[in-house]
Amino acid sequence: MTDPLLKISNLNKSFGALKATDDVSLTLLPGEIHALIGPNGAGKSTLIKQVAGGLVSDSGRVEFSGRDVTSLATVARARAGLGRTFQISSLAMEYTVLQNVVLGALGKDGRVMRFFRPVMKDRDLVDRGMAALTRVGLEDKAARRTADLSHGQRRLLEVAVALTLEPKVFLMDEPMAGLGASGSKRLTAFLDGLRAQAPILLVEHDMDAVFALADRISVLVYGRIIATGTADEIKRDPAVREAYLGAEDAA
Amino acid sequence: MARETLLNIVLFLMLPVTAGIALLLDEPFIITLVTKAAILALAGVGLNIALGLGGLVSFGHAAFFGLGGYAMGILASHAQSYTPLMETPFLIEGTKSMLVIWGAALVTAALAALAIGALSLRTTGVYFIMITLAFGQMLYYFAISWPAYGGEDGLSIYIRNDFPGLNTLDPIQFFAIAFGVLAIALFGASRIAKAPFGLALFAARQNAERVETVGLTPFRLRLVAFVISGAVTGLAGALFADLNRFVSPTMFSWHTSGEIMVFVILGGVGRLFGPVAGAALFILLEHVLGGISDFWQVYLGILLLLVVLFARGGLIGTLAGREVAHD
Repeated sequence: MTDPLLKISNLNKSFGALKATDDVSLTLLPGEIHALIGPNGAGKSTLIKQVAGGLVSDSGRVEFSGRDVTSLATVARARAGLGRTFQISSLAMEYTVLQNVVLGALGKDGRVMRFFRPVMKDRDLVDRGMAALTRVGLEDKAARRTADLSHGQRRLLEVAVALTLEPKVFLMDEPMAGLGASGSKRLTAFLDGLRAQAPILLVEHDMDAVFALADRISVLVYGRIIATGTADEIKRDPAVREAYLGAEDAA
Repeated sequence: MARETLLNIVLFLMLPVTAGIALLLDEPFIITLVTKAAILALAGVGLNIALGLGGLVSFGHAAFFGLGGYAMGILASHAQSYTPLMETPFLIEGTKSMLVIWGAALVTAALAALAIGALSLRTTGVYFIMITLAFGQMLYYFAISWPAYGGEDGLSIYIRNDFPGLNTLDPIQFFAIAFGVLAIALFGASRIAKAPFGLALFAARQNAERVETVGLTPFRLRLVAFVISGAVTGLAGALFADLNRFVSPTMFSWHTSGEIMVFVILGGVGRLFGPVAGAALFILLEHVLGGISDFWQVYLGILLLLVVLFARGGLIGTLAGREVAHD
C-alpha cells in the first residue's frame, strides 16, 4: 500500500469540558477523496482547523508527506502544500475575481517582496490565475468585483484560489454549501477529476456528492470517528445509521 | 478610474500652479504655504502606505516625522557650530548637505519604524493605535528632556541646508525641491500599490486569513509597509524642519500624528492623491479660517466629522466616486 500523504494521529482538542476532537486518526492516500461527514457540531470544522494550522491541538500529530507539521503555523503548512478552502468564503472581497486568483499564484511563488512592476501585468501570474478560473468555469467573471459575486460563485472562486496553489493535498470545507443542485453536480464532476491531481480531504453535508465521490468516508460524532469505510460499508454500518443517517431520516 | 486620474492630475498641478502665480504676484508667503502643503502631503503619503494600503491605524507617525526633523536639526546644528557629532569610535561631522540629511532621516525613521512596528504589529485594533501613540509620546518627552539639542525650546538652524545647483533660501527653489520629492514619493507609492507587494498587503487588510492560506505572512507584509511608511514620513520631517529652519519637540507630539492622519482622512484613505488633497485643504482652511477665528480647528473638526460620517472616501471619494479595483 502506498504511504499516506496526510496522516493524522490521535489528535485531541478540548474547549473547557467539551471534547471537540477526541483521539482522531485518519489518513489521506494519493489519488483518493476521503470524505469527513457528521452531524452539526460533530467537530468537523475544528478538525479542519487543526489540520490547516489555525488551531493548536492539545495532543496528537499531523504528518504531511512524511513530515511532522504539528508545530507549524498556517502559513508554513500552506507553503508545504496544503490547499484549503473555507466553509464560509474567505476571499479578498474588494478585489476582482482575477486579483484573488493572482494572489493565490503569487502566494505559490512566494516572491511577494517586489515593489515596482504591476502584478496584474505579470503574464505568468495572470495566466495561471485565468487557468484556474477557467477550470471552475469563472473565466467570464474575471473582472467582476468579488463582493458582487453570488454565493455559489464565491464557493467556486475559493476552489479556484486553492487550484492556483497547486497543493499536494486539498482540504475542502463544504465546497458544495449553497451551490444549488446543478452547481453541486458540476462541482462534483470537477472534484471527481481533481483527485488525480491531488487527494482531497472533503468535509461535506451534501450526501449525494459524498456517496458519489468518496473513496472512503469517515463519520465524526461528538469529536470521535465512529466508522471509516467505503460508501457501502458506511451506509450499512449500524452505529452510523443510528448516530447520523438515522437521525436525518427521523427529521 | 478616468475621473480619478483627471482629478489627480488637477491636484498634482494645483501646487506648482499656485506657487507660480504667487511668484508672479510676488507673494513669497503664499509660496511658503504651498511648500508646507507639499511637505505635509509627503508625510501623508507615507502614512497612507500603512493606513490606506495596510489598514494600520498608526497614531504615532509623529515619531518618524520628528526623527526626520531631528536628523536634520542635529546634523545641521553641528555643521553650523563646527563641532563634530561624535569622535569615537569614528568621526561623524555635521552636514549642511540636504541629500546627506535626507539619507540620515530616511535611515533613522526606517530603523525606528522597524523597531516600533516589530512590537506594535503584534497587536491590532485599538491596542495598535494606543501602542503607536505611546511610542510617539515617548519620543516627545525624550526630546523635551534632552538638553543637548535644545530640549523644550528646540533647535534653530540659521541657514537652510544646501542642495546642489539650487539656492534653497529662495522660496520658489525650495518649493521645487519639496514638490520634486513629493512627486517621486507619489510615483513610488503608486507603483507599490500595484506591485505584488501591494496586492498582498491590501489583501491582508481585507482578509488576513486568506493571505495566510495562500502561504504569505501578514505580519511580514505589514512590517515592511510600516518601515516604508515611516521612512517617507521621516523624509517629510527633514524637509519640514528645513522649511521652518527650526526643530522642536512639537514635531513628535500626538497633535502632529493626528494632523497627518487628518490629511489622509480628509483627502481619502487609501487614495493615491488623498494626502495631497487633504494637506492642501488643511493648509487652505488654516490660512482662511485661521484669519477669521482663532478657533478655526472647531470648523475643521466639523468638516472631519462630516467626512467620516457621510463621505468615507474623503475629498477624492466624493469627487471621483468609489475606487475601481486596479487593472
